[in-house]
Amino acid sequence: MDAMDAGSLNSFSNLTGQSRWPLQEQMDRFIPNRSATDFDYAHCMLTGWKVKENESVCSPAREAYRKLLAEALNMNRTRILAFKNKPPEPVELFPSENLTSVHLTKSAKPRRHIPQSSERTLDAPDLIDDFYLNLLDWGSSNVLAIALGNTVYLWDASDSSTSELVTVDDENGPITSVSWAPDGRHIAVGLNNSEVQLWDSASNKQLRTLRGCHRSRVGSMAWNNHILTTGGMDGQIVNNDVRIRSHIVETYRGHQQEVCGLKWSASGQQLASGGNDNLVHIWDRSMASSNSPTRWLHRLEDHTSAVKALAWCPFQSNLLATGGGGGDRSIKFWNTHTGACLNSVDTGSQVCALLWSKNERELLSSHGFTQNQLTLWKYPSMVKMAELTGHTSRVLYMAQSPDGCTVASAAGDETLRFWNVFGVPEVAKTVQKAHHEPFSQVNRIR
Amino acid sequence: MASRTVAKDIITLRGSAAIVSEFFGYAANSILYNRGVYPEESFAKVKKYGLPMLLTQDEGVKSFITNLTAQLSEWLESGKLQRVVMVIMSKATNEVLERWNFSIETDSEVVEKSVSREKSDREIMREIQAIMRQVASSITYLPCLDEPCVFDVLAYTDKDVAVPFTWIESDPKLIANPQMVKLHSFDTKIHKVDTLVSYKNDEWDEQ
Repeated sequence: MDAMDAGSLNSFSNLTGQSRWPLQEQMDRFIPNRSATDFDYAHCMLTGWKVKENESVCSPAREAYRKLLAEALNMNRTRILAFKNKPPEPVELFPSENLTSVHLTKSAKPRRHIPQSSERTLDAPDLIDDFYLNLLDWGSSNVLAIALGNTVYLWDASDSSTSELVTVDDENGPITSVSWAPDGRHIAVGLNNSEVQLWDSASNKQLRTLRGCHRSRVGSMAWNNHILTTGGMDGQIVNNDVRIRSHIVETYRGHQQEVCGLKWSASGQQLASGGNDNLVHIWDRSMASSNSPTRWLHRLEDHTSAVKALAWCPFQSNLLATGGGGGDRSIKFWNTHTGACLNSVDTGSQVCALLWSKNERELLSSHGFTQNQLTLWKYPSMVKMAELTGHTSRVLYMAQSPDGCTVASAAGDETLRFWNVFGVPEVAKTVQKAHHEPFSQVNRIR
Repeated sequence: MASRTVAKDIITLRGSAAIVSEFFGYAANSILYNRGVYPEESFAKVKKYGLPMLLTQDEGVKSFITNLTAQLSEWLESGKLQRVVMVIMSKATNEVLERWNFSIETDSEVVEKSVSREKSDREIMREIQAIMRQVASSITYLPCLDEPCVFDVLAYTDKDVAVPFTWIESDPKLIANPQMVKLHSFDTKIHKVDTLVSYKNDEWDEQ
């Protein structure tokens, strides 16, 4: 409690900066400003009780209170007015069932048990230990894709079955990135030879190859409906419309070195890109034009090492979290509307991946030397809620199950681990369907 | 030449009222956007105060704010506006979660004797820009609004103001035991506006 107060006082002085409090203001050390306090109300409450004692027999307390309130307002010569017509209510963003879950959790707010060890470990032989690649993705149809060397494997979380999607030739491989399309059926596979293959996972057929986007390996990809955005070692970012023959529709130039992180915001309006040149760019979809390279909306230069970890906040649409590599070790938060850095936290270790919880105000980061841990943070306080250890080498890749409860992590130790780190929404718990749960056999405690 | 530059920096009561009421319009829009009261898609970007600002495109919200700033401007010109408060409430319970308080001090001499004051537009805009930046970055410390919210605006006026037909008297919609953060101020030399946001304590963090 004391520490918290001190903290808030500090933030006060930061915000006011140069200006000292004007002396004539009513203030003290603990309540720096009383302008939000209603002295009339306080006065009325005080005098109100007195009167009530004296004339306890007369009119009901509520009547007396109202009279006194009116009096107090007269004395003060202030009138508080509001429009008769209220502003329109916002359209509900969430289905009402989610809403009730918010209220339930709010009233109870139980502490959630976070299992400290992984629920399951799978071998991932030949997983490439390369910070700049993106070799793990969990699709909306609950199938996990992982690239091991020249092969993409699919692991179906609903029945734990494994299948091979594709093995590429040695001269084209290894595979440098995988990314599920939003439909959970089509998957993009980025290659060391600068090509990108599109596959239909249902029929195990290759649909097309995207060529000519890059001059070197494609280490990062992100989908925005029918647009597949690819980031290359050549520093280029290309928007490909996968429906049309000449698929290159936009090019974003801004990175001098390999693009290792790419994420579209949930609205599909903004793209965040991170590179080995320590830069983060925010690109605005509406600023894009096909005839000339698009300029970035914001260039964020605060990181001091490569930025691969990018995560858009699911509950605050213009909030982006970014994590820096070995020389930087910080997680930073950005308002992508203004480009302002909102917060920066030193984690003490390389940040390889970041995931927001879909159900709680929490952020999960994965790290390298020395602990190779996953750290769960409470947002916005950035209090550490849990540190999950088990991996014996840096945790390069993370992916979240479609229900948001389970996180898969793949590390340089050639293992794939599953963690039940994020809480289950109240509604999902009650209407849990076995075939949607990746680990229905495991007791989930909350 | 010299006299012309001086003339440019003169500010009248009317001009000041226009600046302050316009500020309230942009501030209201910015708060609604940054606090996610209305969906992101319902806002469009414009350039103002040297910053990208977002304005609602929702006709209902737009007309509410337009009517509001028109009325505020009138009160500002008569020097009878003491305070403007924007409250953000839970849609479900009507509980007040956040209260953006703009206190106004009016130079009474200007109102009574209709004299003017001197301050450059540029300087005022710079002061307003600082506030707008703080509003945008306030999401770092304000508790998350994790439920649908509605807003309302309260105007504290002098008692002798006639209540306009479209307005009613309201309770102050206070927050019990709030956390408060004071933001920057701006001063047109006629109207001085102090900004302060108070919000409900987040019980979770206190555990």
